[in-house]
Amino acid sequence: MPPDAPRVALFVTCLVDLFRPSVGFAAVKLLEDAGCRVEVPEAQTCCGQPAYNSGDKADARALARQVIAAFKGYDYVVAPSGSCGGMIIKHYPELFETGTAEQAAAQELAARTHELVSFLTRVMGVGKVEAQFPARATYHDSCSGLRELGVRDEPRQLLASVAGLSLREMTDSEVCCGFGGTFCVKYPGISDKMLEKKLKHVQATGADTLIAGDLGCLMNMAGKLKRQGSSVKARHVAEVLAGDYLTPPIAEAE
Amino acid sequence: MSARETMFTRIRARLPAGTAAQRAAAVDERLARHARNLVPARGAGDEAHRIGVFTAMMEAVGGTVETLDDVNDVPHAVAAYLRRGNLPAHVRRGVDPLLARLPWHRGGAIEVAEGRAEESDRASVTRAFAGVAESGTIIQISGPENPTTLNFLPEAHIVLLEASQLFGSYEEVWTKLRAAMGEGNMPRTVNMISGPSRTADIEQTIVRPAHGPKNMHVIIVRGS
Amino acid sequence: MDMSGAAFPDNVSRALADGKLQYAMTETGPRFIQKRAKAREALPEFDQLRDQARDIKDHVLANLDVYLERYEARVRASGGQVHWAETPDEARAAILGICSKVNARLVTKGKSMISEEIDLNQHLAENGITPVETDLGEYIIQLRNERPSHIIAPAVHLTRDQVEADFRKAHTHLDPNRDLTEIPSLVEEARAVLRQKYLAADVGVTGANFLIAETGTSIIVTNEGNGDLTQNLPRVHIVLASIEKIVPTLEDASTILRILARSATGQDFSNYTTLSTGPRRAGDLDGPDEYHVVILDNGRVNVLGTEFQDMLRCIRCGACLNHCPVYNAIGGHAYGWVYPGPIGAVVTPALIGIENAAHLPNASTFCGRCEEVCPMRIPIPRMLRHWREKEFERHLQPAAMRWGLGLWAWVARRPALYRRATALAARILANQGHGAGRLASVPFASGWTQNRDLPAPQGKTFHQLWKERRR
Repeated sequence: MPPDAPRVALFVTCLVDLFRPSVGFAAVKLLEDAGCRVEVPEAQTCCGQPAYNSGDKADARALARQVIAAFKGYDYVVAPSGSCGGMIIKHYPELFETGTAEQAAAQELAARTHELVSFLTRVMGVGKVEAQFPARATYHDSCSGLRELGVRDEPRQLLASVAGLSLREMTDSEVCCGFGGTFCVKYPGISDKMLEKKLKHVQATGADTLIAGDLGCLMNMAGKLKRQGSSVKARHVAEVLAGDYLTPPIAEAE
Repeated sequence: MSARETMFTRIRARLPAGTAAQRAAAVDERLARHARNLVPARGAGDEAHRIGVFTAMMEAVGGTVETLDDVNDVPHAVAAYLRRGNLPAHVRRGVDPLLARLPWHRGGAIEVAEGRAEESDRASVTRAFAGVAESGTIIQISGPENPTTLNFLPEAHIVLLEASQLFGSYEEVWTKLRAAMGEGNMPRTVNMISGPSRTADIEQTIVRPAHGPKNMHVIIVRGS
Repeated sequence: MDMSGAAFPDNVSRALADGKLQYAMTETGPRFIQKRAKAREALPEFDQLRDQARDIKDHVLANLDVYLERYEARVRASGGQVHWAETPDEARAAILGICSKVNARLVTKGKSMISEEIDLNQHLAENGITPVETDLGEYIIQLRNERPSHIIAPAVHLTRDQVEADFRKAHTHLDPNRDLTEIPSLVEEARAVLRQKYLAADVGVTGANFLIAETGTSIIVTNEGNGDLTQNLPRVHIVLASIEKIVPTLEDASTILRILARSATGQDFSNYTTLSTGPRRAGDLDGPDEYHVVILDNGRVNVLGTEFQDMLRCIRCGACLNHCPVYNAIGGHAYGWVYPGPIGAVVTPALIGIENAAHLPNASTFCGRCEEVCPMRIPIPRMLRHWREKEFERHLQPAAMRWGLGLWAWVARRPALYRRATALAARILANQGHGAGRLASVPFASGWTQNRDLPAPQGKTFHQLWKERRR
């Protein structure tokens, strides 16, 4: 790695850390291929969004402080998640009082934090990937990535360069899948209805692979697909772009 | 304390203290200036453009439009419209001077009654105060010249719109209205009408009419 | 319908199981969405107008006292009367008083959400006055003794055959053998029935989309023409409006009107946009003899100057409802009160208390579609989060959830402990997957597993693997 390679700290996200590290490794590969030096600060756990969205600002603030401290000094912070990315970029500054040093620190972190795919395209200028991933795929736009961070064209642009991958758009790709963090367990009936609609659109494309940029959405959709007995495979966009077709799809085994 | 007094006290308590005077000044300034905000470009253009935009929009919602060059041809056009719609040769109008001056005998045996709409009236004729191209809208002002009930009770509403009063945007209507009525004054009713009556309240299916007129026919007269 | 949000889970279950409702809702949402998108595309200045509209309303709210005073003065100068009401009781009393003074027996009504808020119809009926809704959707739900399920399309939850059944039941004076299979025949019947009411009414009550301070004018917006027949034919016209309906000038009203119909139904302008000022003038051949405006607070003043103030910019277009996946899944009645959908979840706690509407701000994924389409740029997810903060402060959330999330945060604040706990959980859950890669049931996680499997962890955490690979 050349000495002036950007120092990127990977924000792993709690879901990737616990459930699917392969997403994290795919992200590392993509970042290194783009010429970044990747480090993984040890003191990271959770971005604090569950607390924030439950109205617990105190815990959210405490976790934000922890993240701000752990990620000091890196050129960039990159997360394979629009949801965690959005939390840091859009909401961390809102947690602290205007004009305070803490808010300044939050804004400083927010300014160098990115969701993975938009970082590769917008900051590192990556236009295509050298990956093979044979699949008939469709793409779900996770809400935070789309509406908080404007991530829409970038994943499609990079997926278009993956050898063997064809992408067909589903109806209502930008409609919520029903995950919503604790929403899916607080209101399982509504969540299930939203999921049903989403998966109907997925299946209508004839795709064998469902791709998205947020593991929460993917676990929600994959869990239901398996319960329905569907053969559609769910994958994180990082894994597809990194050409990792060996790791079993989400909710499937070796 | 009356409800009025308590409400105002509570509202003021929630606004920045000590600012009453300058806020009142800011409000009065805005009201007096009544400045235009962003006016969309859609309706702007010459008369032909405005007529074109207006016509397209009115026709898109089921209204009909015809354009004449001579206002004296209006009675003939009205009579023809009634015949096409299988309506009796009878219309109700107000005491609008332009409508009164028209050579109604040129409409054949058409009966023209004056006044507000009666239950039995099946067609009315009004003269528009103005038209607005940007949304295909007719402006009617209440009063004996064009009583408001003429806009709503009969099943066919025929409107005479002078092309010179067909503006691009709503803002031009307000300028004309203020000139006619004086600053801050309004008639009892200003109707902005953009097509025949309709509803989509049952299964989102559009049905005409709902409670107002089933048909709206606009006769634009150029060069008036 | 239950007044409080406490019945929400029951409402939701019923709504999800209601086949007719589900059919109606599936058809509706996409149509409204497409229409709005088309209208927005056809007007290049659309988004700039939203910004201006937001600024106009913010300016009004920052000077609400002065604007209300100016408005009242203009109403009175044009021969109208203004009545101030802090509570629903006061509003009902004011309206009843006006009706009683003219010995009103029959009152026609244009669509007014505020009248739902104060339960006006019931109050009039209890006092010997018959209220008749004239907006077709409102008329239908009045027959069914229901509340509207959508802010602008009150009967959106019903199918044609349900309406036919309602009409047959109510219009007993008509030929029972008449054919009502086509929707136009139902509309024609309603037109004929309501025509008689319009002509016979003593008083007409309308809402107001806007109140113009410059001229003392009330604006109503309809497609049917019912509002105009309601406010023009009777001797008395009563406008019922809430304090935040004020806009400064005719020009300001025009700006907001341009985005109202486009956001609501995708029309460039609604069919009948009517500006009313005072009673009939000398020489007028029609129009009411009396014009009254009843201005209602009902909790809105308390929102001024708080982090919830932005909700007062709402112009009741319904776009947020149309685009909300939750609303589209459960319909409007499930929300339990007058205002459904995203704006309902924000406004209802403000008007009836968060303790009575605790579920509503929680039944959201914060997908953000509402904010994306709101013509007045109301940050609805942020408002919902603020309500969740209020609930947290007041311990209104279920204890198990609060305890669980609190524990999660406690562990997450201790990275070393977190590392060990997650490594353990990853191993245990991976084993529970029994090589299938997923779990069909997990202790304490039935909320998840009742409808879907839980993908099993890969077995080690990322941090464990990262340490191993980097050795």
